Amino acid sequence: MITLKVNGEPRQFPQPLPISALLAELNLTGKRVAVERNGEIVPKSQHDAVLLADGDQLEIVVAVGGG
Amino acid sequence: MDSLVIAGKTYSSRLLVGTGKYKDFDETRAAIDASGAEIITVAIRRTNIGQDPSQPSLLDAVPPSRFTYLPNTAGCYTADDAIRTLRLARELLDGHDLVKLEVLGDPQSLYPNVVETLKAAEVLVKDGFKVMVYTSDDPIIAKQLEDIGCVAVMPLASLIGSGMGILNPWNLMIIRDRLKVPVIVDAGVGTASDAAIAMELGCDAVLMNTAIAGAGKPVLMASAMKKAVEAGREAFLAGRMAKKIYQASPSSPTTGIIGS
Repeated sequence: MITLKVNGEPRQFPQPLPISALLAELNLTGKRVAVERNGEIVPKSQHDAVLLADGDQLEIVVAVGGG
Repeated sequence: MDSLVIAGKTYSSRLLVGTGKYKDFDETRAAIDASGAEIITVAIRRTNIGQDPSQPSLLDAVPPSRFTYLPNTAGCYTADDAIRTLRLARELLDGHDLVKLEVLGDPQSLYPNVVETLKAAEVLVKDGFKVMVYTSDDPIIAKQLEDIGCVAVMPLASLIGSGMGILNPWNLMIIRDRLKVPVIVDAGVGTASDAAIAMELGCDAVLMNTAIAGAGKPVLMASAMKKAVEAGREAFLAGRMAKKIYQASPSSPTTGIIGS
């Protein structure tokens, strides 16, 4: 079991998973999002390759209306 | 055509608009269309996990293929947060590097923290971003931001969302006179005359959100702002007549008046 912090909320998964699998779990597959892991950007091209580990902190963002 | 050039790219509209505070995306799009704006600001926020993924997104309503996105750092109070936000924005928008930097001082005034703003600008410019920077109307800071390499300097007219209009036209004129990059009045515009005055002062463009979104009829106000910015620019280029205090000057011939 691993615990990730996703947008400030703890979430548990049975085993380490790639970012693309996390996005699928969150119904974000195919959505335009950007991902930061432990303060570093993870480019889209690496979402399949980067395996998330226990304690990782993730920020997943979108564009919203703003001034 | 008297166009606006920012970081080497030419725009025909001198009105930049925000996309916040509208009642829905239809109104957002209608107002932006009425404004004629080509550059629109967007905010970067955490995904709403658990949200219905079929919900429309801002990117569907105002596609980045049609508008130049200007991701902002609204809500950031430190240079570090602003830098992180814009790196996320660049990743989100496929390497798009034109950004609006704003680092705020406190949540009551939303006044820019120029110390953190300068720090963030240094890092972002070195990192390859084209930085359009929100700042106070301090001419010294404005010049420092230009010297760092910001592609546009955007002093406030008055506090964000206040609608108080242009409180210090003299500082805006000093900034316009001393800088080479576009000077864009950002924040504080309340109605069309405020936008026209900003342009008459010689500023290169105006950026606004609440003045349109917070109007009784946002789409109509967007149209008014478009005309005000165009009128103000034309008046600036035309060169206004000198003000002649205590000295009237008749517009009609002074001879041939009946009974004379």
